[in-house]
Amino acid sequence: MTIIPIGPYHPSLEEPELFRLTVEGEKIVDCDWKTSYNHRGIERIAEGKTYDQCLFLVERVCGICSASHPIAFCNAVEDMAGIEIPERARYIRSIIAELERLHSHLLWFGLAGHYIGYNTVWMWAWRYREPILYLFEKITGNRQSYAMMKVGGVRQDIKDEDLPDIMKVVDDLEPKLNMFIGVALDDPVLAARMKGVGKFSREDAINYCVVGPTARAAGIDMDVRRDEPYAAYDRVDWKVILGESGDVLSQAVVRLLELLESVKIIRQCLREMPHGPISVEVPEILPGEGIGREEAPRGECFHYVRSDGGNCPVRLKIRAPTYNNIPTYKVRVIGETISDATIILASIDPCYSCTERMIRVVEQGRETMGWSDLLTLSQEKTKRIMREMGFNEEDAFRGLRI
Amino acid sequence: MAEEDIIQMVKGRFPDKAMEARQASPNRVYINVKKEDARDVVGYLFQELGGRLITASGVDTRAGIEILYHMAFDKKQYKIVTVRALVPKAFPEIDSMAIVIPGAAWIEREIHDLFGVNFIGHPDLRRLILADDWPEGKYPYLREEKA
Repeated sequence: MTIIPIGPYHPSLEEPELFRLTVEGEKIVDCDWKTSYNHRGIERIAEGKTYDQCLFLVERVCGICSASHPIAFCNAVEDMAGIEIPERARYIRSIIAELERLHSHLLWFGLAGHYIGYNTVWMWAWRYREPILYLFEKITGNRQSYAMMKVGGVRQDIKDEDLPDIMKVVDDLEPKLNMFIGVALDDPVLAARMKGVGKFSREDAINYCVVGPTARAAGIDMDVRRDEPYAAYDRVDWKVILGESGDVLSQAVVRLLELLESVKIIRQCLREMPHGPISVEVPEILPGEGIGREEAPRGECFHYVRSDGGNCPVRLKIRAPTYNNIPTYKVRVIGETISDATIILASIDPCYSCTERMIRVVEQGRETMGWSDLLTLSQEKTKRIMREMGFNEEDAFRGLRI
Repeated sequence: MAEEDIIQMVKGRFPDKAMEARQASPNRVYINVKKEDARDVVGYLFQELGGRLITASGVDTRAGIEILYHMAFDKKQYKIVTVRALVPKAFPEIDSMAIVIPGAAWIEREIHDLFGVNFIGHPDLRRLILADDWPEGKYPYLREEKA
């Protein structure tokens, strides 16, 4: 019996997290974890900040979801104070949130490719993600941490002259997304590495209260954008993508198909966005409590705010989607092999915050494998499958069949 | 079709339990229960009504520590039902929900770390948030009492 620690510093994870995999040979038989190496006490800090300052704080909960936490926070405060935001602000919130989903899902797809040794997927996905970040810089001033949201609306307008640029980026991206979807659905190597791997049942999904693409891949029909519409999601036409088996492949397919829905939402928002004010005056905040949710790329973000009538919240509870999704790792990874441990963990798109990473295999106190060895092990498996399927090994890492 | 009244349903299911309910808005319902009843009420919402536990929050107030279980009902008019129980600071104990809802295990460990609440019957109350060398009996999210 050997114990393999993944983490606390790990290349696939932005924040340290420790998984202890108990293995017999190649097979994983048990899993335990430790988390919160990077607990920053954001909820506690928020208690001493005004509502306006809190927005900048919650924007930094996650380096990727720079729009999700501020929108969830605004929804919570607006729920508490009964604020109705202007129509134009609703559309701007949706545009920013969907652009964020585009870049976040592409980032995930690239990383998933990297973990199974398909580095071409990684480079292509990130290449097509880059124009979205340029776009963010153009319309908000920042590639990340856009500072667009405020309680009662949005902080800055999207200029009319920027609309054609957004439309062009989205138009250029769509055929590339279709290409990726074709690859994910047709490529036999991707199917061999992802199909049936890391499965979990609908019952597990319900018991562990999972959210977002992880839940939808297991067939749970939930999406905050539709179920409790905020921003402009009830004003445009789109649909919730569902998978069946909850395996890594269905998670990938759900995310990729969601990208096309995001494109649809952005197009409609750009076309239908009315002119007008972008924010309303925020009334005095009375004692009370409010709950706000937002469908982040990884699932439902949840904010609970309590006020005593002062200018700072007395309590802010934040629940990021990964918090509910990570515990399913245990049911998904047991019975699988070590070479699949990375992609199964990556498949829920874990997101903590940003820092260093490392992985080691320790046997009887001596390090026998480092992260690069494990990554090589995973990539060798893809090569072996390719050889068995009759692919030329030379071609294996040269490019996708497109 | 008339919308179901969630407050009447919960009160009807537990006629002998004292509870106080408030409909804050069409999408938000808050139900205050005694801490002994919290597991029954949350278990009913989860198992019989198909609610999904979003998370739980701990709030330090003058009266004690409030534990709030936020349950989502995405397909209903009442989107979120929050069950609130007050735990006295002198004896911070409440029945664990993790036995009924496996997804509650982490958040209860977190509240145990940060507020010192003991969840009775929790399968694994090891530290989740606090570092291994953090002193016993110090709870970072509790407010300091002024003399």
